[in-house]
Amino acid sequence: MSQIHVSTTINGDQAEFLCDADETLLDVLRDRLGLTGSKEGCGTGDCGACSVTVDGRLVCSCLMLGAEAEGREIGTIEGLANGDELHPLQTKFLEHAALQCGICTPGFLVAAKSLLEHNPKPTETEVRYWLAGNLCRCTGYDKIVRAVMDAAKEMRKA
Amino acid sequence: MRFESPQTTKDAVALLAGAKGKGRVLAGGTDLLVQMKSGMAAPDVIVDIKRIPAMKSIKAEKDGMRVGAAVASAEMAEHAALAKGWPGVVEAADLIGSTQIQGRATLAGNLCNGSPAADSVPAMAAIGAKARVVGPKKRRDVLVEKIVTGPGKISLAKDELIESILLPKRPPRSGDAYLRFIPRTEMDIAVAGAAVSLTLDTKGVCTDARVIIGAVGPRIIDVKDGAKALIGTKVDKAALKAMEAACSAAATPIDDKRGTKEFRKHVVGVLARRAGQIALKRAKGSK
Ligand SMILES: Cc1cc2nc3c(=O)[nH]c(=O)nc-3n(C[C@H](O)[C@H](O)[C@H](O)COP(=O)(O)OP(=O)(O)OC[C@H]3O[C@@H](n4cnc5c(N)ncnc54)[C@H](O)[C@@H]3O)c2cc1C
Ligand code: FES
Ligand code: FES
Repeated sequence: MSQIHVSTTINGDQAEFLCDADETLLDVLRDRLGLTGSKEGCGTGDCGACSVTVDGRLVCSCLMLGAEAEGREIGTIEGLANGDELHPLQTKFLEHAALQCGICTPGFLVAAKSLLEHNPKPTETEVRYWLAGNLCRCTGYDKIVRAVMDAAKEMRKA
Repeated sequence: MRFESPQTTKDAVALLAGAKGKGRVLAGGTDLLVQMKSGMAAPDVIVDIKRIPAMKSIKAEKDGMRVGAAVASAEMAEHAALAKGWPGVVEAADLIGSTQIQGRATLAGNLCNGSPAADSVPAMAAIGAKARVVGPKKRRDVLVEKIVTGPGKISLAKDELIESILLPKRPPRSGDAYLRFIPRTEMDIAVAGAAVSLTLDTKGVCTDARVIIGAVGPRIIDVKDGAKALIGTKVDKAALKAMEAACSAAATPIDDKRGTKEFRKHVVGVLARRAGQIALKRAKGSK
């Protein structure tokens, strides 16, 4: 099978890769580009651990082909922190102990960031609905929701 | 497998027509990729339609609003005129999966996947939505309910695709609504679904109605007796009760772990009644 050449932007940086036609963006990110922050929990769109943004829209990278990324702007968890400086969401997740094993965390952070871009002042219900496609087996969600609400509050002050 | 992303509908159709083996359209991929991973689908050529401008736009036309086949449900929800004019269709599309799924899932993909439980399909059928089907030689406008012929089966030829879906303009005092039942509050497939669209005259008497139920048979069911129960009434309690009974009677559900036959027949009636109440309120509120 001949490979496809793809030029794209990942977290603001130009990126190029070769991939197979049936290879998912998640596999490209993890296995070809070494961006292993995005996780594979299910591979079928149910858990959200693979969440990324494509041209600003939140999607599951396990349900998108790498070839589709041509010319798009991809945002991954690796783009959240600014160098050594954590994003307010990351800080709040730590403060609220909103993670245990951590496998769901990158997906939650990418999804929550996208929520706050769309809606800087979400209600708890809005947070819960927006994040309904992100599953966590450890925390029971409450701490995650509180961390997101708290981060939103802090980001509104900034 | 080959991956192609044509720039025009014509090129997309030519790719499907010329495909050696199986060609498949890729819209949001939220069904297709899952099927490819499980081995249920093994296309030779994948035709990504998201780079075709006519398929990525929502456009007001003389006869209604034309939604491109590659428009994601999240884009629909953000389109004020669409959400205002066809709230039932937009709320149905908004029920599909999670935020992530809504960033990709399309109306045409929901339709062409052919699932009896597809949420947007009853809502589209209730308002008389028409799919624009394009093939190598001709293009035709087909009522949405004529597309799906059975579970996973559609009436499109191998070299045809849907370019867009027209949500037809509606008379004043019209309203539509869609409701479904799922065991959880989010992220689940409908156990039963019901869409109602109706139009009132200046005195508040219902002059036209469509009642469509989903997930309670191999394909959606157009409950004509349900519509008849509403037409000529003020959509009062008695009329809604009669419509509910017609829906329960028309449903032909299966029994499975997600719901028994009796439960599905009952709940689809309840959903239809409640959707009727919402559609009525919307019809009264719209000019
Ligand atoms: C986690 C998850 C949750 C889900 N929840 C729901 C839900 O609650 N309700 C629901 O109804 N569905 C649900 N789905 C199913 C799916 O998301 C929807 O059916 C969606 O609308 C499919 O659209 P798509 O654009 O992603 O289709 P695709 O996967 O791109 O395509 C689906 C099928 O249609 C064909 N096709 C697509 N576009 C065209 C076209 N223009 N012309 C001809 N053929 C075409 C494709 O070849 C394929 O066979 C869910 C899926 C997942 C993964
Ligand atoms: S890995 Fe993509 S949603 Fe679970
Ligand atoms: S912290 Fe373990 S799955 Fe969420």
